[in-house]
Amino acid sequence: MNLQVLAQINSFLAALVLLTAFAMLSQRKINSLVILFAWQGLFLSINTAVTGFVAAKHHLYISSLLTLSLKVILLPYILHVLVVRLKIRKEMETIMNIPATMLIGIALVIFSYHLTAPVREMSTLITRSTLAVALATVMIGLLMMITRKHAVTQIIGFLAMENGLFFAATSATYGMPLVVELGVALDVLIAAFIFGIFFFQISTTFDSLSVEQMESLREDN
Amino acid sequence: MILLVMIITPFVAAIILAFIGDRRFAPEANIFGSCLTFTASVALAMEVYKYGPILAAEKFFFVDAFSVYLAVLTSFVSMTTAVFSRRYMQREREHGRVGPARMRFYHAMFQMFIFAMLLCLLSNNIGVLWIAMELATLSTVLLVSLYRTPNAIEAAWKYFILCGVGIAQALFGTVLLYFAAEKVIGEGGEALLWTNLIEVSGMLEPTILSLAFVFLVVGYGTKVGLVPLHNWLPDAHSEGPTPISAVLSGLLLNIALYALVRCKVLVDGSTHTHYAGNIMMGFGIVSILVASFSILRQKDIKRMFSYSSIEHMGIATFAFGLGGPIATFGGLLHMLMHSLAKSSIFFTVGHACQMHRTQEIARIKGLFKGDPFVGWTLILGAMAIAGLPPFGIFTSEFLILTATIKDVPLLAPFILIGLAVAFAGLLRKVQYMVSGDVPSYCKPLEAARAPVILHMALVLVLAFYMPDFLNKWFQTAVELLK
Repeated sequence: MNLQVLAQINSFLAALVLLTAFAMLSQRKINSLVILFAWQGLFLSINTAVTGFVAAKHHLYISSLLTLSLKVILLPYILHVLVVRLKIRKEMETIMNIPATMLIGIALVIFSYHLTAPVREMSTLITRSTLAVALATVMIGLLMMITRKHAVTQIIGFLAMENGLFFAATSATYGMPLVVELGVALDVLIAAFIFGIFFFQISTTFDSLSVEQMESLREDN
Repeated sequence: MILLVMIITPFVAAIILAFIGDRRFAPEANIFGSCLTFTASVALAMEVYKYGPILAAEKFFFVDAFSVYLAVLTSFVSMTTAVFSRRYMQREREHGRVGPARMRFYHAMFQMFIFAMLLCLLSNNIGVLWIAMELATLSTVLLVSLYRTPNAIEAAWKYFILCGVGIAQALFGTVLLYFAAEKVIGEGGEALLWTNLIEVSGMLEPTILSLAFVFLVVGYGTKVGLVPLHNWLPDAHSEGPTPISAVLSGLLLNIALYALVRCKVLVDGSTHTHYAGNIMMGFGIVSILVASFSILRQKDIKRMFSYSSIEHMGIATFAFGLGGPIATFGGLLHMLMHSLAKSSIFFTVGHACQMHRTQEIARIKGLFKGDPFVGWTLILGAMAIAGLPPFGIFTSEFLILTATIKDVPLLAPFILIGLAVAFAGLLRKVQYMVSGDVPSYCKPLEAARAPVILHMALVLVLAFYMPDFLNKWFQTAVELLK
């Protein structure tokens, strides 16, 4: 396969990552959100492997496997188990209506392209154009955390942000040094255990996982 | 060698303490581990003092005057906090607020937290610095929610989410930094090593580094508690157990600021402008003003002192942003003094709260009569933190103000207003708590005096007499941060 085709596959996968980010933004059901998150991880993992092949960087294969096992299998599984154990079925209320959030999401994508322009000009990597998509994924994850009032959706937004960061590292520099990537993966894993514990603490103390009830610590009380 | 001993001790101690669990000697083991770390850090400092910066373990660890001074401070305060927490946590158990399983968790995570902070300071790799910073957050999140009250869980959740989001921005900044460095140094782990980066900082692409710094300042600034990224801080620092409040306020904020200053040096080297410094000065001024006015409105004693931490971190951030030998020296001294004074205040506040079984300022009264030691150390501590002479914070604030008046005189009034408001707010509320009669619900308790006396004595002595080695240390660090 020639480089051109591979570069196009790369961009296509990046588009799919962005698409799943938007899908998550519009999804109210938590179960579907978990599945979408797993899809995003899968696209990311394939993208990393393709980049590794194009750039002949073998450590990217390790990163790709790490993503596959952590973000496609382990984390969605943990989330799924938690959702079942905590009996979360209700559709989630959002602060803003969904079309409005989507519009903000689009604005964020444009903003990301604008912000990463100097990096794109300077880079010689074939993945350089996907850096904007990566930053957009980070921003959309952030937007999701702000507009949702449910502990599980906030965590999925957080993990989507982490996906975006990993994507950024792959597209800007062909991945961070391995020791850093392993360390970040370890941090994510620890964070996963912590939010698991948190879900139980919150649901036993507040009777539900909606973070709306958590507003006693305010300045004006 | 001594460096490895120092970094491994808290890690091993965390594992051992996880196994020891809630045995009778667990707090003593905690103290012992912290003492060992402190001894190693002093030995390391002496080595750095004699032979200069040390690179170890295939360039993985690096320690110079700047990081070693914070490492000694970190291990010292964590040691005194371990001493303080022995009796404090024992009483919390008697009051039924924590059980055996949580005590095991508390001790293990306390050591893990120290490990994460030391790793931040000693790591030569900017990426590992980020990882250790995240580890420091993660290891304290569940300590903040240790009491499992609704407020504690809310505070911990905020801490987890907001710091997670913040620190993610810092990772993006680090990616950009790596992108710029890779062009100059070449691929692989070498391009993230501080020692390599600082050598080539002049060749790094300025536009990329300017962009990276925005992300880094938002990311690490969240952890420093800079306004408007500070929302999590008063909650996390006030709802957790008091020993944790002491180390969060006294140490973790310093470490985050350390990371920010390291990045600033790189950006300065590349841009040759005052760009990074201006951003830090802006955040600093806003933090000083907002935090000092917030102090006036607080009803919870620990929240009040958390806002005071934001104010002081604002001052230090401003000082490093201002740059120049005097301001940087002042900033370094301020970090040291704030750390000692604030942790000592949290120790006394912890006692006062335990005596009255509340954190509400309105319900704490008559400390002079109830327990003169706690009363006096609280008012002295408040005077020290408010910047009254003859305490060390006066010295550092004086240095910073002098440099401000010299370089940017227009900003000096803002700092002065902030200092004055904070001063009025703190002393008025503390004075209310120490005076009056002892309320009926107050039960006198025996205070752990040694840590408080030690900290206060250091804050006082260092104001008058700065030992030669400390002076030389600071001077070397000032050189490094130029």
